[in-house]
Amino acid sequence: MTYEAEIVTQKKLATDCYRLEFYAPEIALSAQPGQFLMVKTSLTLDPLLRRPLSIQSVDHARGLVKVVYRVVGKGTALLAAKKLGRRLNVLGPLGRGFTMLTNGKFAVVAGGLGMAPLYFLVQRLKALGNEVTVFYGAQNRYQLVLVEQLAGLRVNYVTATDNGSSGFKGTVVDLLREKGLPPVDIVYAAGPPPMLRALGELLREVGMPRTEVSLEERMGCGIGACQGCAVKVHGTEGPVYKRVCADGPVFSAEEVIWE
Amino acid sequence: MKPDLMVELAGLKLSNPILTASGTFGFGLEYEPYVNLRELGAVVIKSVTLNPRQGNPPPRVTETPAGMLNSVGLQNPGLAAVSEYYVPELKRRKVKVFASVAGETIEEYGRVAYSLAEAGVDAIEVNVSCPNVAAGGLAFGSDPDTTAAVTARVRAAVGNLPVFIKLGVMGGDVVEIAGAAAAAGASGFSLINTLPGLAIDVRARRPVLGNITGGLSGPAIKPVALWAVWRVYKELRLPIIGMGGITCVQDVIEFLLCGATAVAVGTGNFINPGLTVELINGLERALAAEGISGVSELVGAAHVER
Repeated sequence: MTYEAEIVTQKKLATDCYRLEFYAPEIALSAQPGQFLMVKTSLTLDPLLRRPLSIQSVDHARGLVKVVYRVVGKGTALLAAKKLGRRLNVLGPLGRGFTMLTNGKFAVVAGGLGMAPLYFLVQRLKALGNEVTVFYGAQNRYQLVLVEQLAGLRVNYVTATDNGSSGFKGTVVDLLREKGLPPVDIVYAAGPPPMLRALGELLREVGMPRTEVSLEERMGCGIGACQGCAVKVHGTEGPVYKRVCADGPVFSAEEVIWE
Repeated sequence: MKPDLMVELAGLKLSNPILTASGTFGFGLEYEPYVNLRELGAVVIKSVTLNPRQGNPPPRVTETPAGMLNSVGLQNPGLAAVSEYYVPELKRRKVKVFASVAGETIEEYGRVAYSLAEAGVDAIEVNVSCPNVAAGGLAFGSDPDTTAAVTARVRAAVGNLPVFIKLGVMGGDVVEIAGAAAAAGASGFSLINTLPGLAIDVRARRPVLGNITGGLSGPAIKPVALWAVWRVYKELRLPIIGMGGITCVQDVIEFLLCGATAVAVGTGNFINPGLTVELINGLERALAAEGISGVSELVGAAHVER
């Protein structure tokens, strides 16, 4: 459904990276980790389409929803310029989220803003009494934008940065290779496609534990109608395209054909 | 008095003139959380081919100023799935269904149209923008003779069912091509299909779309669409479903005034999945406010000389 949600906070977290919080009690109540929102960034016809944004966390009691996004073009730049009190047209929650289990052990592998949907997941997994280890990588320590919040969840986490400014020097997949993957029920991952591809290769080497990845693609409608956000996956009779918005955005890593 | 939104389109009585543009509304069911499908004038479903089609490699969509480019590549589950599942599901909901038909050969158009007519669709829309394999990949709709041949084949396959030929404005004069289709048995026209376009990713120095080129839709093409509707209405006076960048009631009225009897909402569905029903209610309010008794009063009204 679409909602006119009032912006409650807007905070710059790092260069080009923002966190927006808005009041949308229905979304706060129903959203599941891994689901996303389609947000209108303008009241005019340019930019035209909504922007897909991952849900970073929700606050049931106060009816608030947080999203974290990077300014990459005109739409997200308009979003970053929006002031408190303005209303935002939000469609969602959309898509299929992560599998949620109880009394398990899980590893979470995040690259850059891939941490946004995974933070929501970690929060819920912890609340369900699970043991969670987070591997969190970014270009530099400034881009580890959710690291303090993550610390607040009291989970085990390790960081990696390309320049070594925080934690391990290298990518988060290099870090995982170095540390070794702990025995877990599910590995959850989100991040840029090259990272997910590298992660897929590493996981295959260690016997392919059950892994769920959250994917991103350019979207038209966000509700499964336009077939715009195609991802190639293994079907029963060879490769087929699935829709990131409606069949995902969370897919089994084994299913995805990385190109 | 409540204005009358009912329109008669090539003999079909529709409760209102708001339709969905093929390819932007899936098979209708995707929009059920947002729209009571029965309230729509008709649902024009995604183009159907004989066999399932996988579609083009991603990225398949990208935004452009006041518009979007898509190159989905006619991905669809094929005739059997559509005629045995989607059409019956829509009919069960008492939705008026227009089936968009596509093919690589003239014969394929005929076979697909025949089966969809058998499945109970209310009208056929012929997507003649597909590449004609026998003619080296040139679109069927790019010349009058091929358009007429496809039209005649579909007409022969579906008997008296209304047949709308969906035309673009590239490759040939739209009035000439529409005229040829009319002579071959077309009931009317869907105007317009997307325009060809391309977007570049400057950083990658590559086209954005996986298929390199795509079809441009959205408000950016509305003036082109109005122009095509105007010309075809003026020359042929056959029923027209107008489409291209409709996002508000004023857009709907503009198409009606140019000569469209009904309109189809396309890209607008992506911005607001409930847009179609909002337009139906908005059109009723707008007509009431202007003291206009019915939609038919507006159709082609801009052609009257003063």
